[in-house]
Amino acid sequence: MTDLTQLTLRQAHQALESGECSSLELTRATLERIERLEPKLHAFITLTPELALEQAAQADQLRARWRREGGELPPLLGLPLAVKDLLCLAGVRCTCGSRILENFIPPYTATSVERLLTAGMVVIGKTNTDEYAMGSSTENSAYGPTRNPWNLRHVPGGSSGGSAAAVSARLAAAALGTDTGGSVRQPASFCGITGLKPTYGRVSRYGLVAYGSSLDSVGAFGRTAQDVALVFSQMAGYDRRDATSMDLPLPAIQLEDDDSSLAGLRIGVPDEYFIQGIQPEVENAVRRAIVSFEALGAFVSPVSLPHTEYALPVYYLIAPAEASANLARYDGIRFGARLDSDNILDLFTRTRGQMFGAEVKRRIMLGTYALSAGYYDAYYGQAQKVRTLIKRDFEQAFEKVDLIAAPVAPSTAFRFDEHLDDPLAMYLEDVFTLPANLAGVPGLAFPVGFDSNNLPIGMQLMGPHFREDLLFRAAHAYQQTTDWHQRAPSLS
Amino acid sequence: MTDYEAVIGLETHIQLNTKTKIFCSCKADSWSDAPNTNICPVCSGLPGVLPVPNKAAIEKGMLLAAAMHAEIQPLSYFDRKNYFYPDLPKGYQISQYDMPLARGGYMQLPLPDGSVRQVSIHKLHIEEDAGKTKNENGLRLIDFNRCGVPLIEMVTGPDLRSADEAAQYLTRLRQLLRWLGVSEADMEKAHLRCDANVSIRPKGAAYLNPKTEIKNVNSIEAVREAVGKEIERQIREVEAGHKIEAWTLEWDEDAGVLRKMRSKETEADYRYFREPDLLPVRIHEEWKQKVLSKLPELPLERRNRFINQYGLPEYDADILTGDRSLSEYFETAVKTYSGDPKRVSNWLMNDVLRMLNESGLTADQLKLTPQFLAEIIKLVDAGTINNNTGKNLLEKVQQTGRPPAKLVEEEGLARVSDDSAIRSVCQEVLAESPKEVESYKSGKVTLIGWFVGQVMKKMRGKADPNIARKILEELLG
Repeated sequence: MTDLTQLTLRQAHQALESGECSSLELTRATLERIERLEPKLHAFITLTPELALEQAAQADQLRARWRREGGELPPLLGLPLAVKDLLCLAGVRCTCGSRILENFIPPYTATSVERLLTAGMVVIGKTNTDEYAMGSSTENSAYGPTRNPWNLRHVPGGSSGGSAAAVSARLAAAALGTDTGGSVRQPASFCGITGLKPTYGRVSRYGLVAYGSSLDSVGAFGRTAQDVALVFSQMAGYDRRDATSMDLPLPAIQLEDDDSSLAGLRIGVPDEYFIQGIQPEVENAVRRAIVSFEALGAFVSPVSLPHTEYALPVYYLIAPAEASANLARYDGIRFGARLDSDNILDLFTRTRGQMFGAEVKRRIMLGTYALSAGYYDAYYGQAQKVRTLIKRDFEQAFEKVDLIAAPVAPSTAFRFDEHLDDPLAMYLEDVFTLPANLAGVPGLAFPVGFDSNNLPIGMQLMGPHFREDLLFRAAHAYQQTTDWHQRAPSLS
Repeated sequence: MTDYEAVIGLETHIQLNTKTKIFCSCKADSWSDAPNTNICPVCSGLPGVLPVPNKAAIEKGMLLAAAMHAEIQPLSYFDRKNYFYPDLPKGYQISQYDMPLARGGYMQLPLPDGSVRQVSIHKLHIEEDAGKTKNENGLRLIDFNRCGVPLIEMVTGPDLRSADEAAQYLTRLRQLLRWLGVSEADMEKAHLRCDANVSIRPKGAAYLNPKTEIKNVNSIEAVREAVGKEIERQIREVEAGHKIEAWTLEWDEDAGVLRKMRSKETEADYRYFREPDLLPVRIHEEWKQKVLSKLPELPLERRNRFINQYGLPEYDADILTGDRSLSEYFETAVKTYSGDPKRVSNWLMNDVLRMLNESGLTADQLKLTPQFLAEIIKLVDAGTINNNTGKNLLEKVQQTGRPPAKLVEEEGLARVSDDSAIRSVCQEVLAESPKEVESYKSGKVTLIGWFVGQVMKKMRGKADPNIARKILEELLG
């Protein structure tokens, strides 16, 4: 019998449909593999085996009845899903990688997760994350770091490192992540898988614990563009519980196996993303991929995003500013950890001072400072203005091209502790992913090669608002003619 | 001694009477509910949930803004106001800062001497309320029910000049809020809250002196009293050569004294920034027109119209426009009556108002409809019934809800003006009272009133007293 854990989401779906396997078999195989590899990888904060087996059994019953009686089946029935521990699932603790929420059990489910449950998916666990998604390596998790399946001495990227490692290591065919400044695309790139950051407003943020509200998005990981599209299609769309979600139709995403022509597609390549200091192997791999796109019929031209260099400072003013307010609710009063005191101010400062990690406190302080009277205009106010210029860069570029191709990160996965004592170097890891969040445009990362250490190299395509369909089409065409995405880390 | 004048500005918080809270679907009014029973993940600030704006709250805000002659802004924003407090669940309050719902505005406050005080509005924005904290048995208890209840914050310019004016402004504001149906405006229930900023200066001066802020005043009378006492205190201080310091004072209702809460520190830094979870509030012309089409004639406009159109004294016009349904009652009655409006006003102010006060009903709830009232006044005017019968009829109509004319007919209440019927009763009375007749004839002519009274008594008030008097005089003469 085939190893069910090696199947892509689409293959697993076909196996369930054909009766080759049941959801219980698939889920058990997944849980067994997790049990075997989790001690090495630490991709999960909380596993939900009972819940998963119960949901899988229900899925099998539903399918059995469907075989007898016909009707309609939920589109992703019985397929396992890993969920980043920043997205709420009712009744299951949601730690956000923080000690302050160690015992927090939300009474509600994130819209994105709820829609995938409605689509029939089986939740196997909550994956590791940098505390409140603040980080690029998953080293900032209060529950210990996740390891890169390709090399256990290297980070998986972050903040959705747990989800990316899980999909890369075949602990799940699909996983949810969140992307505020690159937290889906960068770990996808580091782990050699495909990951989507959707358009801001495309997927409801309800139930996503906020970090930078104007930048946060719920994304998905898979091994192929097809798989990510399957998950995305089910969770996207307007939600009245998120006032910033957009009521726009979702274009049908048809990705046929033999569809690899990109004739007529215009791809722009921004000079600003091929800066000094980028790892040469990364630049070469990305440029080779761009040539492949040309070979598939795309028209490639240079394009300029002149304000790219300001994305980093702008992001590190706006995201921490919003975070400083978003994280004010962790005061020890209504939920979460509390370090008690007779004095209320003391209760606040002790709880927050001791239960938040260093990076979280750093960003709260950065953000508080940027918003303070006397500094607002120079920092937060100015950052908002420059953000508008960055948005305009993209608008102007998308008048000339359909998609923008760029590297995801300046280097492949770095070693543990490499940046830990240098926050600025860590922030630089996000330099290519931040602009898409600031502009609200969608981005898709996927593997385009390996470096000499056998670490995956990713590239990203960015598209106009609400044109995730174009990203999937291009990446799918590329994956029809390449096999980078099929390579698996050797884990025993 | 210098002549001083007070300079007063009022900061009011108005609880809108929407069914649900401003950003979630919890019940908004918790006055009679147990603590922490009207809360949900959104208003109690759990992680991961998002606010969804309540259109009704914005529309009520628009109505109030229009009634205050403020300019409703086509584009406004919600902002986060950041501060830590145990009863502020999110650690920030969703409010409005530099781009509020409306700008400008004023109220033309009529003063008792007939002049009008123009009170400007400096700030008018919409925001969510915080919870309530209290200390009990050494415990700090928090009730989150009030979190997310929609409020309008409205701040006047330093335009009021006495404690009485401050109280009059609040009375007019309360009247307006109820008139518009946007708030219950009950200060005792904190639907309407008021902080007062008070300073003094030599009469006629144009500059502003340091002010004190008075908090925790829970009724209009308390505002009058607290502001009055603070003005007196400031005058005493200045006369004694002391400086006024910018304190925050707390009104102790039971003791009737102001206590210093704190010296005003440097302005708190709330680190306002745009609320990223909410879209800008865009009020397009069509929406605005639709909402404002529900804007009624305002109480002060109606008061002035009553004076001009119906020739009512200011006193009558004030009382009749004290409540929207009463003013509408009056106008309907005047229309049906089509005689002197002042006559309708008299009946309303004397009798109907007492009926309302005693029953606790509002004018639109009376069974005694304005049409019935007009009918009763007409019956009195026509002499069909006398004044007293008319007054009694008001009660009967209110009890039964039956038309006055029907009741008059059924109960035989019509006045008797038939000479012969009255004549025979008069003869009866004279025959029964020989002693009084004797006295009358010997010069005590004032007894005529007593004779008329006896006749009226026998006829159960239905006789025309003038006819009775004439016949009695004739018989005695």
